[in-house]
Amino acid sequence: MKMKRMGIERRYRLIGWAFLLPAALLIFIFCFYPMLQAILLSFKSGSGVNASWSISNYTRILKDKTFKQCLFNTIFYLIVQVPIMLILALMLAQLLNNPKLRFRGAFRTMIFLPCATSLVSYSMIFKSLFADKGLINMILEQIGLFPISWFQNAWAARFVIIIALIWRWTGYNMVFYLAGLQNIDYSVYEASRIDGASPRQQFFKITIPLLKPTILLTAIMSTSGTLQLFDESVNLTAGGPGKASMTLAHYIFNISFVETPKFNYAAALSVFILVCVATLSFIQMKVGDKRD
Amino acid sequence: MTKAKTVISYVILCVVSFLSVFPLYYMLCGATNPSIDVIRGKLVPGSYLLENFKTLIEFQDLGRALFNSFRNSILITIFTLLICSIAGYGFEIYHDKGKDILMSILLLAMMLPFVALMIPLFKMFSTWGMVNTWMALMLPSISTPFMIMLFRQAARSFPADIIDAARMEGVSEIGIFFRMYIPTMKSTYGAAMTVTFMNAWNNYLWPKIILQRNESITMPMLVANLKSGYSVDYGMLMLGVLICTLPTAIIFLCLQRSFTNGITGAVK
Repeated sequence: MKMKRMGIERRYRLIGWAFLLPAALLIFIFCFYPMLQAILLSFKSGSGVNASWSISNYTRILKDKTFKQCLFNTIFYLIVQVPIMLILALMLAQLLNNPKLRFRGAFRTMIFLPCATSLVSYSMIFKSLFADKGLINMILEQIGLFPISWFQNAWAARFVIIIALIWRWTGYNMVFYLAGLQNIDYSVYEASRIDGASPRQQFFKITIPLLKPTILLTAIMSTSGTLQLFDESVNLTAGGPGKASMTLAHYIFNISFVETPKFNYAAALSVFILVCVATLSFIQMKVGDKRD
Repeated sequence: MTKAKTVISYVILCVVSFLSVFPLYYMLCGATNPSIDVIRGKLVPGSYLLENFKTLIEFQDLGRALFNSFRNSILITIFTLLICSIAGYGFEIYHDKGKDILMSILLLAMMLPFVALMIPLFKMFSTWGMVNTWMALMLPSISTPFMIMLFRQAARSFPADIIDAARMEGVSEIGIFFRMYIPTMKSTYGAAMTVTFMNAWNNYLWPKIILQRNESITMPMLVANLKSGYSVDYGMLMLGVLICTLPTAIIFLCLQRSFTNGITGAVK
């Protein structure tokens, strides 16, 4: 009897492995293996049979002016856009989580709607809104300010990208916070109110700590998303003026597929992004894990 | 909550909702007006829709792009749901130490930036002679740690009694998955479907790299093409943007409830 029971357990274990095998294999073949390849590729110079091991791709990064410009842009987007967006999303989720509020569903749908547009599509909408004689400039003139050549000025172009990003992603992050808030029992708030906690205290002492895992998740997702920013840089500003608003991913794409392909150098740059994403996620996890 | 505070929250929500919807309204107006009015910022729907449509189909193969985008996105969605849900189920229902370790290894893949993978992936598929095939488009996108995690989380709430009862009745393990798990997890499948379809439909970078023939064009590629050329026809551009946005917007609006429920389950 015992033997038979163990046989069944064993059978179930094997069936479990069979169920998850296709998904796991796909991730190993199309994520981990290419990553390994990228790392190997980045340590080679020359191509085909003449390839030799070297770190020349990495020393070249240090001297690359375009890379520095793109790195600056990407970090600038990251530092400015991610905090603004996450705080805004958290604020909106907090407002919408009030059960006495009317039209909650309608507000939520409207704020989330930007996420239904493709990255290319909304880039086009913003490109047209901020065109030289476009709507935004017309409004600026109407209220007595001067129009701005949004895509001819480096800071203005970066500003447009940030505005566009905030528009597209705030609702997305808000849905995660709302979901997190709904898992917090409303009676916790009621009880703390009876104990005399102010809304500000409730927010910092109840909401933030209980929402920490969700905040961590959205912070990691946004950081990794911003470091990989591509569609907006290509379609909204075309990386311009010059290369003033180009992102790292856009630059990597250009040196791999637009100019004469330099796969090894591109691989070195992409390993650099990998290290950044991994480091930042690691730091965020450490900070997020800390118990008060 | 005091009255003043309530008013302020309504005002904030109204302003944010307006700002969220306005660019979409602008797109709708743009699609129905001639280029010159779009640029001038005309904010009333016009009657130029048909003309814009004619220009659009004259310059671009809209039918093919729509067909490709629908075919690719539907296939990717079906395979993703199938492969990731059965994996998530396998990880949770038959869990043991080995499977838990494997799951945490797979989660690391979420951190790998796609830009880092695209060159080796492209080289891999060109050695296999698979550039320009829909298999090459699909294979890297149908298994994601995020989806596996979503279904694993959902399987946690699947009652063990049902499984035991079904086993007594002699239902096979795969039968339990298809005949009992799938029907009870409708809202998780709804959320997963919305996210997967939207991502597949909107994906731009990988299709742009792996599908290099004109006849493989997808909707985001078509929209990106509309801005090239000397003068941009903004009416036509906005119509292209509108057509590209409609399917995902409709799916989202229809599946909204199950989408939020699914996310709530995942965040738990």
